[in-house]
Amino acid sequence: MPAMIEVIADPDKPTIEFRRAFAAPRELVWKMLTSVEHIKHWYGPRSLTCVSAQMDLRVGGGWRIVLRTPDGQDLAWSGVYRELRAPEYVEQTWWFEPIAEARTIESLRLEAQGNRTVVHGLVQHETMQGRDIHLQTMRPGFDETWERFDELLARAVQ
Amino acid sequence: MIHERDLDAMFAALADPTRRAILAKLARGEASVMELAEPFDMTQPAITKHLGVLERAGLISRRKEGQRRPCKLEPKRLEQLTRWLGGFQQFWEASFSRMDDYLDELQRKEKAHARNDRSHRRSR
Repeated sequence: MPAMIEVIADPDKPTIEFRRAFAAPRELVWKMLTSVEHIKHWYGPRSLTCVSAQMDLRVGGGWRIVLRTPDGQDLAWSGVYRELRAPEYVEQTWWFEPIAEARTIESLRLEAQGNRTVVHGLVQHETMQGRDIHLQTMRPGFDETWERFDELLARAVQ
Repeated sequence: MIHERDLDAMFAALADPTRRAILAKLARGEASVMELAEPFDMTQPAITKHLGVLERAGLISRRKEGQRRPCKLEPKRLEQLTRWLGGFQQFWEASFSRMDDYLDELQRKEKAHARNDRSHRRSR
């Protein structure tokens, strides 16, 4: 059973580090992360549908992913590839289009561990505030799922 | 920052209706064990046990004040939890768990293909 994502928000630097293991060889995980054909199947929570994915996989090439919410709103993420070394490293600019202040540089390093792969992610923000916004507000698709829990918590703290 | 084991402790603590009611009461201000025990029709040791669970989860704190040990809500902890629930971590874990399922499906299909190929070759 693959471990859940681990997230570390540095107290002094505007970065988010994360780590996640997958039960698949590195070449396959690389394909998952860098091909339109595959990314459509997993990007975003289940309540969102991927309606468009473009990936111009070369340094300077752009990528853009659009997810649709159940009420028909389209949310777009996009960026530009800065560095590519298949199947072990990709670095790209990354932003959620409606939140301009959360523009970031994201890198993913794929570490092969036999038949498993550990993905090491690093998200670099320009400001601590931008980083914190990113950590807290990235919730499209969850409002429904967690509404009940939020209600419960709200009741508990009233 | 929030660790996996902290989450386990918090979810376990919040899974009980009495403990949620204690949190709700503490949200209105500090209270002693006796004050907390009163509306629940429970003995003080039973309430103390619940308070221990909440304290270990970091959701409340207790200080010594003479004979009294008043309890107080730690709102920061709840805030961390709501943040975890709604944030970056959730988005990516939801995505990555879908990727797990998809990878699993692909790899199973691949194996089935390989098996078919082999049996084709044998039958020829």
